[in-house]
Amino acid sequence: MLGFLARRILYMIPTLFLVSIVTFAIIQLPPGDYLDTLAADMGEAGSDNNAAIEALRVQYGLGEPMYVQYGKWMSGILLHGNFGLSFEKNRPVTDLIWDRLGWTFLISLLTLAFIWLTALPIGIYSAVKKYSAGDYIATFFGFIGLAIPNFLLALVMMYVAFRYFGQSVGGLVSPEYLDAPWTWAKFGNLLEHIWMPIFVIGTSGAAALIRIMRANLLDELYRPYVVTARAKGMSEFQLLLRYPVRVALNPFISTIGWILPTLVSGEIIVSVVMNLPTTGPMLLRALLVQDMYLAGSLILIVSVLTVVGTLISDLLLAWIDPRIRYQ
Amino acid sequence: MTQASTLPLADDPAEHSPVVLGPWALVWRKFMRHRLAVISGVIIILIYLIAAFAEFVAPADISKTSVRHTFAPPQMMHLFAPGDDGSTVFLPHVKGLKTTIDKEARRRTFEIDDTKIIPLGFFVHGFEYKLFGLIDTDLHLFGAKNPRDTFYLFGADRLGRDIFSRIVVGTRISMSIGLVGVAMSLVIGVLLGGISGYFGGWLDGLIQRFIEFIRSVPTIPLWMGLAAAIPLDWPPLRTYFVVTLIVSMIGWTSLAREVRGKFLSLRNEDFIIAARLDGLSHGEVILKHMVPSFSSHIIASLTLAVPLMILAETSLSFLGIGLQPPIVSWGTLLKEAQNIRSIAQAPWLLIAPGTVIVIAVLAFNFLGDGLRDAADPNAH
Amino acid sequence: MSDNILEVNGLSMHFPLSGGAFRKSTSVVRAVEDVSFSVKRGETFGVVGESGSGKTTLGRCIMRILTPTAGTIQYTGKAQEPVELVTSDDSLLRTIWRDIRMVFQDPQSSLNPRLPVIEIVGQCLRKSEKLSGSALADRVSTLLTNVGLRPEILHRYPGAFSGGQRQRLGIARALATNPQLVVADEAVSALDVSIQAQTLNLMQDLQEQFELTYIFIAHDLAVVEHICDRVAVMYLGQIVELADKDELFNNPKHPYTRALLNAVPVPDPRKRPEKRARRGAGEIPSGGVRPDACQFAPRCPHAQDICRNSSPPEKQIDGVAVLCHFAGEI
Repeated sequence: MLGFLARRILYMIPTLFLVSIVTFAIIQLPPGDYLDTLAADMGEAGSDNNAAIEALRVQYGLGEPMYVQYGKWMSGILLHGNFGLSFEKNRPVTDLIWDRLGWTFLISLLTLAFIWLTALPIGIYSAVKKYSAGDYIATFFGFIGLAIPNFLLALVMMYVAFRYFGQSVGGLVSPEYLDAPWTWAKFGNLLEHIWMPIFVIGTSGAAALIRIMRANLLDELYRPYVVTARAKGMSEFQLLLRYPVRVALNPFISTIGWILPTLVSGEIIVSVVMNLPTTGPMLLRALLVQDMYLAGSLILIVSVLTVVGTLISDLLLAWIDPRIRYQ
Repeated sequence: MTQASTLPLADDPAEHSPVVLGPWALVWRKFMRHRLAVISGVIIILIYLIAAFAEFVAPADISKTSVRHTFAPPQMMHLFAPGDDGSTVFLPHVKGLKTTIDKEARRRTFEIDDTKIIPLGFFVHGFEYKLFGLIDTDLHLFGAKNPRDTFYLFGADRLGRDIFSRIVVGTRISMSIGLVGVAMSLVIGVLLGGISGYFGGWLDGLIQRFIEFIRSVPTIPLWMGLAAAIPLDWPPLRTYFVVTLIVSMIGWTSLAREVRGKFLSLRNEDFIIAARLDGLSHGEVILKHMVPSFSSHIIASLTLAVPLMILAETSLSFLGIGLQPPIVSWGTLLKEAQNIRSIAQAPWLLIAPGTVIVIAVLAFNFLGDGLRDAADPNAH
Repeated sequence: MSDNILEVNGLSMHFPLSGGAFRKSTSVVRAVEDVSFSVKRGETFGVVGESGSGKTTLGRCIMRILTPTAGTIQYTGKAQEPVELVTSDDSLLRTIWRDIRMVFQDPQSSLNPRLPVIEIVGQCLRKSEKLSGSALADRVSTLLTNVGLRPEILHRYPGAFSGGQRQRLGIARALATNPQLVVADEAVSALDVSIQAQTLNLMQDLQEQFELTYIFIAHDLAVVEHICDRVAVMYLGQIVELADKDELFNNPKHPYTRALLNAVPVPDPRKRPEKRARRGAGEIPSGGVRPDACQFAPRCPHAQDICRNSSPPEKQIDGVAVLCHFAGEI
């Protein structure tokens, strides 16, 4: 187990290194930089401020070669926890992002829980009651869940909530609670809002998992060992949970490995639509105005946390099922 | 299979010559039994026909604006109309719109005017266009019989443009991105997966680590970064290809894994070894024996990858970092429905393109499922 | 010209076991270890052993599907110069694969289900003799007749045939290029007993008709007794006894051979050997091979200290090669 842990952590280092390089390459891709945007704005405003812009350029090291900029950025992060400055807001990136990252991962994890809690029982039900009305309904919604893109579902939900329930939409709390300190009332208000993004992000994942669980269980249900257990006189419910579900659960569990990245991805799109105070809207805005350190830091941290999260889930998995280690 | 059946033996009268079906014929036969998949296949063919003949199918010019029809609601198509003598006659038509201007809210409200009938007909003359960019014509599949009448089957947008026509024309971009993207991921996936699985060794290790890397990072932020890097002043065609390239990054990893798995399991099959012993070269073994034994699986996976790419394009364009407005795609159409205020005022901005996307994606999923089931003709 | 069609010397095949963080090979599986023998032209040379004894690996080394770790394999065709197989490159092997052919164990997986019979059997002819069209169809029809199948099946697919028929197809494929040596790897073990006998008789007839030499790999002693002239017994990658068939079955010299023979069920209870002789049972021990010891020592009823501490020498007794410290004494 220790060797496995060490190996997985060792594997993670090049992954993280690659993530940082890819991120940096991506934010360097657009021609020009934020100062060009700034200069264009200033030009439109009528002021000619070339000297000031040049000064900013030197200060941020923007004129230097790529690898120097990368080195400066990475050493700042690794040595001082300094992710650079947000050009647009003119504040350190670290001041801006942690709240939003927290919400992103809170929502992603809650979504994971939601997916598991719905997909497991529904999957078992539709396998056991194959071709029943309930199975068909689950299959139908499964397909719909796979076919509707996250942002579209978000828009539809918002429209329905707005049109038929008169609910304020967007955000995680109602406007009147925005700046209020945390109280039970605000918490309740949060719960009223947060289910919607969780539902929206989780639907497609749950749909996929229901189908996986159903297929896995159907493979197991007619195996001789199940027949043997039934012949021994075991009750159907016990029999189901003790043998086939356990076996069918294994491939189900290993989906944790890929589900976290997709959830985080989904959260980012949905939060743009629903205007949630998470990374999505901030990342989009930063990308559009070429606020490179802000955008880069968000991509980097989200990726790193996802890789770490996947690692943790893999470790849990290896702990639950020792066979995984050797795969 | 020209010589598919065998001649009965002269000295064996009991022998009936059975029709011998080749593997592909078996796949086809099994597929045809999957009704939902067949219907989906027909729908997909229709959608691609619409994409090819978009200007012919679209009744209105997609860039023609009309201030008087801002957010005009959808007009239902009716098939029968009361005739002159009070009887009912067959006459496809839509009802006209009555406009009142709400001075206080400073906007128009529309009402269906049951008395005004706009007759529709097939093969009418409308706006001029070039079919396939070559042939000048003004013929359209259907439209108002009087070219000066306007009608909005799926409603109108902020600038009074016909959403139905825009969806029809957007089909071309959205559906072709799926195909081109799949073609790109096929090339990358089969190449890397094939190398990985056939040769194995350190190359396999390297490619596998790379795929694991791609799968372990959340892709949306990365694509957003890539897509946002596309300069706004690029010509539409170049933007289109770069977006397609970005979108095709989604599909290839799973495809490469699948190809690798197939190669690995096939590599040790006796009939592959036998083919080597028959004197075939590596290339011949791959092309003649390995590729045919998993090509039907690959086709199924590709079909299932198309909807993912369509969804990715719509998502990026919706966020405003994929295709940009003068290009009409389902994603850029949905961009009009970005805030709740416009949706509340004109829900058809959301419903019409949304429904079309869901239908296309579902059709591809059902088709892919059917193909996947049929891909293994010897199973069950 | 040499009487031997094949001479194998010091052949070893080691597979690395990969493991550890950076896939460095930590240990090797010695599937075949220092094996030497020769096959006479026109004979049927049997190789027997339990599963895991390395007999299939040996066959694949001779076919050069695998590249041996060490040793030489010298093939001498009729009226040909000897060829060293181990160092041959791909293009040379392609010509040798016309002379040396293989019949596979599993008739299910050795025939491509997506190709019709004419392609399966005739594929090698397309390559070696550039045959096609009706010339190919004629040749394949003749081959099918030779193995007792009707030539009308040319355009059917393997799925249409029974196990025995498929194995005949496999034999027809092996014979297509007029080979001199056929390596049959468990060629009948996947078949029903009645079909086994038919297939073995067919192979014997074909051997006479086409002057073939067989290397016949099997785990079933009855099959080996039926068809072979000389038999090598393999245990954990080594040949522990190599003798003429009659000598081996009547007077086994290695304790492992005895154990194998004792394990054959005898239908007549009065002829059954006493219980005492049935020792040496159990599985091939896992955990790899220990150097400097007799590999069979852990299961041998006669094992003594010397067996556990030094590898046995090869002894020649009455023309039989035996790998045992106490050969001829027990």
